[in-house]
Amino acid sequence: MANRVLTGTRFVHGDWACAEGAISAGCGYYAAYPITPATEIAERIAQRFPVLGGKFIQFEDEIGAIASVIGASFSGLKAMTATSGPGVSLMLENIGLAVMTEAPCVIVNVMRGGPSTGQPTMGAQGDVMQCRWGMHGDVETIALAPQSVQEMYDLTVEAFNLSEAYRTPVFLLSDANIGHLYERLTIPREEELTLVDRKRPTLPPSEYLPYRADESLVPPMASFGDGYRFYSTGLTHDEKGYPDMSVETQDKLVRRLCDKIRRNTDKITMVETLMTDDCEVLVVAYGIAARSAATAVKQARERGLKAGLLRLVSLWPFPDKLLEKMAEDAKAVIVAEMNYGQLVREVERAVKPKPVRFLPKLGENPHTPGEILEAIRRIDA
Amino acid sequence: MSERITRAQIPISELTITPGSACQGCGAALAARLSFKALGPNVIRHGIPCCPDSVTQTPRVGTVFEGGGAQLTGTARALKAIGREDVLAVGFYGDGGTYDIGFQGLSAAAERNENIIVITKDNEAYMNTGNQRSGATPKYARTSTNPIGPRSRGKPRPKKNIPFIFAAHYVPYVGTASVGFPEDLIAKVTYMKTIKGFRMLIVQSPCPVGWRFDPAKTIEIARSSVQSGIWPLYEILDGKTFKLNYKPKELKPVTEYLSPQARFRHMTEDEIADIQETATANWENLLKADEMGRLTL
Repeated sequence: MANRVLTGTRFVHGDWACAEGAISAGCGYYAAYPITPATEIAERIAQRFPVLGGKFIQFEDEIGAIASVIGASFSGLKAMTATSGPGVSLMLENIGLAVMTEAPCVIVNVMRGGPSTGQPTMGAQGDVMQCRWGMHGDVETIALAPQSVQEMYDLTVEAFNLSEAYRTPVFLLSDANIGHLYERLTIPREEELTLVDRKRPTLPPSEYLPYRADESLVPPMASFGDGYRFYSTGLTHDEKGYPDMSVETQDKLVRRLCDKIRRNTDKITMVETLMTDDCEVLVVAYGIAARSAATAVKQARERGLKAGLLRLVSLWPFPDKLLEKMAEDAKAVIVAEMNYGQLVREVERAVKPKPVRFLPKLGENPHTPGEILEAIRRIDA
Repeated sequence: MSERITRAQIPISELTITPGSACQGCGAALAARLSFKALGPNVIRHGIPCCPDSVTQTPRVGTVFEGGGAQLTGTARALKAIGREDVLAVGFYGDGGTYDIGFQGLSAAAERNENIIVITKDNEAYMNTGNQRSGATPKYARTSTNPIGPRSRGKPRPKKNIPFIFAAHYVPYVGTASVGFPEDLIAKVTYMKTIKGFRMLIVQSPCPVGWRFDPAKTIEIARSSVQSGIWPLYEILDGKTFKLNYKPKELKPVTEYLSPQARFRHMTEDEIADIQETATANWENLLKADEMGRLTL
């Protein structure tokens, strides 16, 4: 049997790292449809899974891929799909189903320029709001944004952990720049990995209700074949999982589905800060754009400008309070993202009435550090 | 039925844009060149993301991968409503857009017998994204998602019989063609223009990059596919009238088709025998249907 965790240091691309992250996290089922720039994840999984005993299926479309991921998740496997924006568009109805039926799964979106077919081989950060609001109805989602090949591995593992812990789909929002970037990747030893598995029922089968949650708001999850009666539907359902169209059940269910994430915002949130203690200009960035922002902030400091960087590693749930606190002493906030204005709206809302300067970027290339430095300098002047 | 033509009868006009975005030896680009010669300029071409894209001088409407059949329907119905049924609504799609993700919409359009022409350039995998398997990929072919290893021998299942599947929608016309037989291809497209309703032509289009062969050999490989019975040329009218358009006295062995392609290089003798047996049995069935001039679907 081949090694599951390929411990060691390698020079690989981001999609490769993501595939290995999934395998390290214990992913046993992967379904996908070819799409640039995420195809390489499927290709790596297709090579690795046959000898590891995992199930890889290339589907007829993205709808099939995500639907099968939900089926595999209910059967007890850690399941994943990877795609790009157009694929997520097709998957959204099913992702809403995964939210409603609380099927843990990981959806990797290696973002490319949109809308529509857009720029298939070129990176962008245009799907940030799609994963937040693309599903119909009231939902809360979890999304992580890697900035390096190493994080493609680390955050894929983390995405599985969060999806298992909260029984919800988790997005990994990468982009073509990172997916196709070659960098050093260090995979830890298997025993150094922290892996989370879904909470299993402890009650005898006769007492188990598939959608009864304790104070954590996350119900224990039995798998098909475990001997528990399991009933699941996309309709509004009671604790037994049976359809229930009453006002009370809808109110209780939707609140629980949202609150199990909202109430844990502080726990889920991952950020990285750079020289923010005394900063007058706070730069907010994520993913590939944060790498330029970090250089810009260092260059600003060299020039005596008090800039700091808040890098959002997790994007959703959005850390409103943290933003508010971090921006408290700043004169202004700069948001740099590779789109025409998405997460900047959340930042504006959170730091109100602080002035927010937005640096959009469209097309393949991320911001240059110079562009961000110039924006810092203008605020300071 | 299509009527035989000679090479001299192939229209001189070129409606594809050269050099286009195609690789050397691209069978699909040749499929486009030949098809649009026969279709002429009075065409609205519909395309879905596939390679080679942007190939014709005629107007073109792009749609999403799964939208081919439905968008073509919209155009055809609107052309009728504005009294411009002289304009052909043509979908020029790849095998993914026909066999897999686009199948549902095309099947529904076929069932409604929409007045559309669908030409599929079948290069037997998702070549635009780097050779992942599709429903059109033949058995044992190596693709980037069907690797060769101790537990994987290439694609484990045969290619979908999509011409027969569409014929079983009882549509006016379904045909197969090959870029290695241009007269036959042109004759079929020309015939499709003379009738109305749902018309489909599947054109086997070798891909040197994905199938992994010398780009100079595209035509040879396309021809050996037909001559060995792997890709027979036939047409089916209304789901019942059947005609084989190319009947060699003796089939060539399938190895003539398989050997030059590195996607089949790993195959064992048993696996080759499996393909030979299937091709021979299929050919005999088609010969019988041809003798009777009809199919029972």
